[in-house]
Amino acid sequence: MSAGSEFALELRDVRKSFGKTEIIRGASLQVRPGERVAVIGPNGAGKSTLFNLVSGRFGSTSGDILLAGRKIDGLKPYEINRLGLARSFQVSNLFTRLTVFENLRCAVLWSLGYRYSFWKFLADARDANDRAEEVMEMIKLHKRRDVQAMNLTYAEQRALEIGITIAGGAQVILLDEPTAGMSKSETARFVNLIREVTVGKTLLTVEHDMGVVFGLADKIAVLVYGEVIAFDTPERVRANERVQEAYLGSVLAEQQAQQAAGAH
Amino acid sequence: MHHPGKVYRFRPYNVGRWVVWGLYAIVMLVAPLLFTSSLSLTMLSQMGIAIIACLAFNMLLGQGGMLSFGHAVYSGLGSFFAIHTLNMVSAGTLALPVSLVPVVGGLAGMAVSILLGYVTTKKAGTPFAMITLGVGELVWAMSLMFPGFFGGEGGISGNRVAGEPFLGITFGPQIQLYYLIAIYTFVCTAAMFAFTRTPLGRMLNAVRDNPERVEFVGYNTQIVRYIAFIASGFFMGISGGLAALNFEIVTAEVVSAVRSGAFLLFTFLGGAVFFFGPIIGAILMVLALVLLSELTQAWLLYLGLVFTFMVMYAPGGISSLIMMNLRVAAFGKLRPLLASYLALAGTGFVILAGSGAMIEMLYHLQLNQALGPELKFMGASLNAKDLDSWFGAAFVLAIGVALFEMTRRQFVREWGETQEWIEKEIKRREAAL
Amino acid sequence: MDASYLLISTLNGLSVGLLLFMLASGLTLIFSMMGVLNFAHASFYMVGAYVAYSITQAVGFWWGLLLAPPLVGLMGAAFERFALRKVHKFGHVPELLITFGLSYIILELVQLIWGRQALDFRPPESLQGPLFTIVQLPAGMQLAWGSPPPMCREVAEAICTTFPAFRAFGMGVAVAMLIAVWLLLTRTRIGLVIQAALTHPEAVESLGHNVPRVFMGVFGGGTALAALAGVIGGALRVTEPSMALAVGAVVFAVIVIGGMGSLAGAFVASVGLGIIESFAVGSDRSIADALRFLGMTVNEQTFGYAVWSVKTSQIAAILPYLLLVLILIFRPKGLFGTREG
Repeated sequence: MSAGSEFALELRDVRKSFGKTEIIRGASLQVRPGERVAVIGPNGAGKSTLFNLVSGRFGSTSGDILLAGRKIDGLKPYEINRLGLARSFQVSNLFTRLTVFENLRCAVLWSLGYRYSFWKFLADARDANDRAEEVMEMIKLHKRRDVQAMNLTYAEQRALEIGITIAGGAQVILLDEPTAGMSKSETARFVNLIREVTVGKTLLTVEHDMGVVFGLADKIAVLVYGEVIAFDTPERVRANERVQEAYLGSVLAEQQAQQAAGAH
Repeated sequence: MHHPGKVYRFRPYNVGRWVVWGLYAIVMLVAPLLFTSSLSLTMLSQMGIAIIACLAFNMLLGQGGMLSFGHAVYSGLGSFFAIHTLNMVSAGTLALPVSLVPVVGGLAGMAVSILLGYVTTKKAGTPFAMITLGVGELVWAMSLMFPGFFGGEGGISGNRVAGEPFLGITFGPQIQLYYLIAIYTFVCTAAMFAFTRTPLGRMLNAVRDNPERVEFVGYNTQIVRYIAFIASGFFMGISGGLAALNFEIVTAEVVSAVRSGAFLLFTFLGGAVFFFGPIIGAILMVLALVLLSELTQAWLLYLGLVFTFMVMYAPGGISSLIMMNLRVAAFGKLRPLLASYLALAGTGFVILAGSGAMIEMLYHLQLNQALGPELKFMGASLNAKDLDSWFGAAFVLAIGVALFEMTRRQFVREWGETQEWIEKEIKRREAAL
Repeated sequence: MDASYLLISTLNGLSVGLLLFMLASGLTLIFSMMGVLNFAHASFYMVGAYVAYSITQAVGFWWGLLLAPPLVGLMGAAFERFALRKVHKFGHVPELLITFGLSYIILELVQLIWGRQALDFRPPESLQGPLFTIVQLPAGMQLAWGSPPPMCREVAEAICTTFPAFRAFGMGVAVAMLIAVWLLLTRTRIGLVIQAALTHPEAVESLGHNVPRVFMGVFGGGTALAALAGVIGGALRVTEPSMALAVGAVVFAVIVIGGMGSLAGAFVASVGLGIIESFAVGSDRSIADALRFLGMTVNEQTFGYAVWSVKTSQIAAILPYLLLVLILIFRPKGLFGTREG
């Protein structure tokens, strides 16, 4: 284990330019194992881009990204996933023609060591089948076991999306706007689901809904113009002047009042 | 966390599966006893060869979403290696039973796909298709450059009666070769079916559906494609090896773009979505190449038209049409549709008559001028130079199109209603669980 | 290797390359705009040649040159409207498949209407014959307009090479087309839309333009360009049913080499291939010669002699595909690749 591995995920002055435009301008972050971090920020701040950099969807221009002390910037997505990081997508990225069960099974095959084997039958892969069943129960889609992913409802697809992400047992989970497009009640249910399935994991969520943020997160990272301007507990972030300036503190206060009055 | 423990799934003995495979084997065993003419035997042999090839092609197309325009390279090179091996057996330099020669073809196909597949699978989708086209052209052109291996214009001939007979079987008579082909076909079909039920097979499907997500669940997409490509090449090579034994001659045509196109066309026609689709496609391929081409000179045109309409209206091929109707039948809603189907068939026939007459007259003018302007079509006497015949054909076509369109709309409405009813019924059953 | 050989080979290569580019540019525009790779593009090239032939027989070549491209463009637009559009929702593979089916249909229809023999499609009287002759003397090079001058027959050391007028005309048409397309893309509104689509196809969909009609126009325009190339190519080379297959595969190799979706790449790849092929055809050297030059003994006994002894002129035909494979190994994105398939 190398020095600095006290952090499950660490970003050091990460930068990313697309052509001449610098989207991520020196983002730094240190997430401890088991922490649940919400990444918030105005539109265009670069939240999804940050997730894409961490998960390997594209490479950073400069800076270091470390997973449990190991440098992962520049690695391919599958290499990063094999090291224990999984992510979900803002727009559900499912295996469209496969069933719910098959989707989940595909998500666990590598982590259970099946690799590129064509000399074993899937039907005999007890551990993979059991794990897929387990996750299916967790995300409450066991009634839709044999439905093709493209025929699921929107909320069901989002649930499957999360299922695929956590099925492989990765320690660090990145969720990109998991509750996007959901109604209030669906969101509330979903937040409970996320809390249940990510027990003991390190979680980073991009979120716009403040209710979700306060319901899920131990810490909030505020991303503005590609920089992390604050990373602290929700109360301290709310009180942070820079955040208030950049991100309409009034919105935060308003939402928090709503939360205290209505949600519970 | 919610731990439901190990889930007990009730897995009844899958009788259905044994029945299907049993029937498949029985059909292959019994077919030559029902269709005894030598033409039938030739066609049955070719069907077996084609089935292996189309199934192998579909490993890439249907299971992996990879469209290859140059797949004849692998079966063709398999054929060439096989026939050279056969000649070595005949010359006594190699002691290999003739029945194992197709395996040599398979290994050759595998070797070539290992070599070429690395470069080919670097891309996906449309670029992949273009690369396979280029590689196909490359091999085709090379076949003209190395007459030592490819035999130039005349190709390479061989004699399958070579080496020691096995239990009195020399493979001289076609019937003996047919049963060899049948065994290979059954084994290869089973192997390729088994492949679909392995981790690699399933991940190949995942790559087809969402190559990006595959990377995020820990798999290297390119390796999945590459291995599948090699597996496909292996079976293509076996098909080629059997073809070498069947025809006892291999010419450069076996690696041509025309042949690659045929694999694509007929596999798609049979249907890429279901496993058995290519089997239907392969059977159609042999029927078309052997019978249809005798029936009419316009057969390639008809084929192109059928294919194009399939892409537009039934992209899942014939097998998906069968499965859709089976589903309707399972819900008991097939009988009401039969009337519409009959009407569609009838009006479709009229269209065929009208357009067929015109096409045949055109072909007659083009190619059979020496025979005079008269020709027979569907029992009627037509005169290709007479305007009456043309007007008559056009009239029939117009009526056919009008009637067909009417019946089609009616059918689409009925079909839509049936599908809606089925969807509702499924939901109802689910809720009742 | 004398200067006149170099010059003529380069010009020939340029002419072939420009013809190839006429085809590759239409294909690239369609691909960039609509994401569809038109497998039948070379078939429209063929139809252009055949239609121009028929018009030429009736009213002369110039009408053929003028009318054939728009006519074929209309056919292309009709195909887009009535067939391709239906398949758009199924994805890119079915789109490729339907153009594949179309190529079969066009091939059969062309043979049905015009027969299976090669047609005698020749350049017009005014453009037959050489444009200029290069006279290579020991002292130097001379240029003579028109047919070879008497010097060629009378002086023994004079090596005369002619350059056909129609070939030059074809190059002129290609360049004119290039300029016209460039002007269209950069100076007109629709051109801006197409340019945007070259790099950001999704954005075009939300632009509020009548996107289906733009698609139809682009497809029709691309096929019209192919037909224009066909008029020139058919008259310059041979007009026969196999011409589509012959040129089609090369064009697809060209766009992958140049980088799919890149016009600049298509240009460099087309012209580059044309010139390389032009020089290769004229050379009888082989790898065996190179090895001998390095001092190795290479003869029939050497392992793989069949491969080493292949002459450059023999592989001229497959150079595009060899380069395709090489590019894929060393630079998979293509020369100027921007978009993936």
